[in-house]
Amino acid sequence: MIATENDAYQESFQQFQSEQSSTAPAWLAELRQTAMNRFTQLGIPTKRIEDWRFTNVKSLAAKPYRNVQSISLSGGEAEALLEKAKLDESFHRLVFVNGHFVSQWSTEHELPEGAVIGNLASAIREEAGDLQNRLSVETDDEAAAFIALNTAFVNDGAFVEIPDGVTVDHPIHLIFLSVEAGQTASHPRNVIRLGKGSRAAVVETYLGREGEGYFTNAITQVDLDETAFLDHHKLQHEQTESLHIASTHVDQKESSEFRSHYFSFGSLMARNEINLMLDGEQIESTLNGLYMPTGEQLMDCRTRIDHARPHCNTYELYKGILDDKAKGVFNGKIFVHQDAQKTDAKQSNQALLLSDDAVVNTKPQLEIYADDVKCTHGATIGELDENSLYYLRSRGVSKDLARKMLIFAFANDVVQGVEIPAVRQHLETILLSSHGLPDV
Amino acid sequence: MLEIKNLHARSEDTEILKGINLSVAAGEVHAIMGPNGSGKSTLAHVLAGREDYEITEGEVTYDGKDLLDMEIEERAAEGVFLAYQYPVEISGVSNKYFLKAAINSIRKHNDQPVISRSDFVSMLKEKLALLGMDKSMMDRSVNEGFSGGEKKRNEILQMAMLEPKLAVLDETDSGLDIDALKIVSEGVNALRSPERAIIVVTHYQRLLDYIVPDKVHVLAGGKIVRSGDKSLALELEDKGYSFLNEGSEAVAAS
Ligand SMILES: Nc1ncnc2c1ncn2[C@@H]1O[C@H](COP(=O)(O)OP(=O)(O)O)[C@@H](O)[C@H]1O
Ligand SMILES: [Mg+2]
Repeated sequence: MIATENDAYQESFQQFQSEQSSTAPAWLAELRQTAMNRFTQLGIPTKRIEDWRFTNVKSLAAKPYRNVQSISLSGGEAEALLEKAKLDESFHRLVFVNGHFVSQWSTEHELPEGAVIGNLASAIREEAGDLQNRLSVETDDEAAAFIALNTAFVNDGAFVEIPDGVTVDHPIHLIFLSVEAGQTASHPRNVIRLGKGSRAAVVETYLGREGEGYFTNAITQVDLDETAFLDHHKLQHEQTESLHIASTHVDQKESSEFRSHYFSFGSLMARNEINLMLDGEQIESTLNGLYMPTGEQLMDCRTRIDHARPHCNTYELYKGILDDKAKGVFNGKIFVHQDAQKTDAKQSNQALLLSDDAVVNTKPQLEIYADDVKCTHGATIGELDENSLYYLRSRGVSKDLARKMLIFAFANDVVQGVEIPAVRQHLETILLSSHGLPDV
Repeated sequence: MLEIKNLHARSEDTEILKGINLSVAAGEVHAIMGPNGSGKSTLAHVLAGREDYEITEGEVTYDGKDLLDMEIEERAAEGVFLAYQYPVEISGVSNKYFLKAAINSIRKHNDQPVISRSDFVSMLKEKLALLGMDKSMMDRSVNEGFSGGEKKRNEILQMAMLEPKLAVLDETDSGLDIDALKIVSEGVNALRSPERAIIVVTHYQRLLDYIVPDKVHVLAGGKIVRSGDKSLALELEDKGYSFLNEGSEAVAAS
């Protein structure tokens, strides 16, 4: 029954494997094959799977996407997109077009001794970073079909290795462009590891050409050793016919800190998962998110935090602004394991509905197996506050501007949580143009 | 300037205003007093345009125009200002942005050029000083975390910045200590002019020592049951509202 809808993936997988057969090491071919088998077994998720209940991915995911084996950078389209994606010339920059690294558009500024900011395909060739063990991502869960699919096609993406005690001064900007014509799929895999006490900031930008919808199926893996700090940003600007599915898997050791800022603007359907495994004490993690679907867009934001050890703090704030017939899904799982005493976990998600047809399904999911913990969660779904609108209007502010002021105010605290000025300004500009707050 | 005739207003099933008649000329200060729940705030909000109320009868003319036909922001742009009894907190919008947006919206409505940055800054500085407010408050969110007294001052600051023609002050004195009361009154008195009218809604005579009214009205049960000069406020202070029963009978009988 699932055979037909998977045909295109099967076909392009066979082709991919044979094209890779001369270059890929045996372990990789095997890893891919195992993952493909798992994907075939799982099939494209249906709404019967609890974690896909509100996100009917079938029709978009079952399109006959083509895996792009080689890219042509002619025509100037890719360069124009790249210009749009750029944030600051001081950033280290890795550019990927349809999943393939483009070295001539990437810039690496001077790096501290031993630090590597490169691409995964090269790292695999050079047998760097213990990838044989690190590239497999667990797919036991029935909802994990796209993780398996990414592994089946795993090939390129960012490869970042920061040795112990190194601070990378400039943010590392990873730009993923979908440029090739037609229904294409890419499966970027980013592998990031920070050694003890290292510090870095990463920005992932996803962007694509206009025209037919494409599919981005990305995975980012992050390993933070003791006292390491990663400030992670994701700017999802995919073209509005496209499908974007991504997961970020973070493994944190003692006293490390991870901050995530997720901003979702593009795609017809965007599903983003962040999974944190807090495998040490005194860990701190912050997950902030802002999703702003309009039209017929659906944005599904999911986070899962595993408090495995005592004395860890996590803070989570997700905000959604939904207009027209947009749909939003928020699912925030927090597992406090038996051993995780003195856990402090705060979760808040707030959604603002700007139209009667917009809907949001929000589900905090706390499972607590330790007895001495502080866990709070709150969810609010509302419209613009009538009292505030009235107050602003009664001072002469037009209804339209009053609405914009309140929408901007709602979103702004998530934006202000971003510490890199160029990223924050970029976001402010977007907020201003989509839900424009004029200079008054 | 303001002519209210037989105004009836209801909220859902309850009739709150039951035939208000009130006429305020330019240059005048009127005080409206009355017991809790008599409809004072409702009257103030009906003038400002709050959409929770249904006007079932009567009319309000402002500067020769039908006030009830105007949008909320249009009324403000035409010079109507309400200092709220309970000012609204707006998280994430700074006082400064809010004030500038308000001033320029009003200017735009009246086909005037936008205020220059420097004019705005110097005007704000002057008004802040008048009201004894610190300029750091202007970078904070509108009324967020302000004390009761700070909120009231902020209302008067907005009034001073917007320079309305008709100001309605709804219990601006409540929650103010005597020093704050004096400062706020000075702020209001600074605005008194032959072109402006002010309606002061208050419970207490105390405020009227500082903002001396030309006329005093007593609103009870949704109607104005007595009107007089400032001595009426003193009489109310003395006797309370107990005479109202006879008063309303007298009105009904007349
Ligand atoms: N929006 C509203 N909905 C329902 N009842 C209201 C509303 N506003 C006022 N009221 C009622 O109308 C009456 C007058 O209220 P209000 O105008 O606030 O009186 P005052 O300001 O004189 O104390 C009260 O009984 C109050 O409960
Ligand atoms: Mg009142």
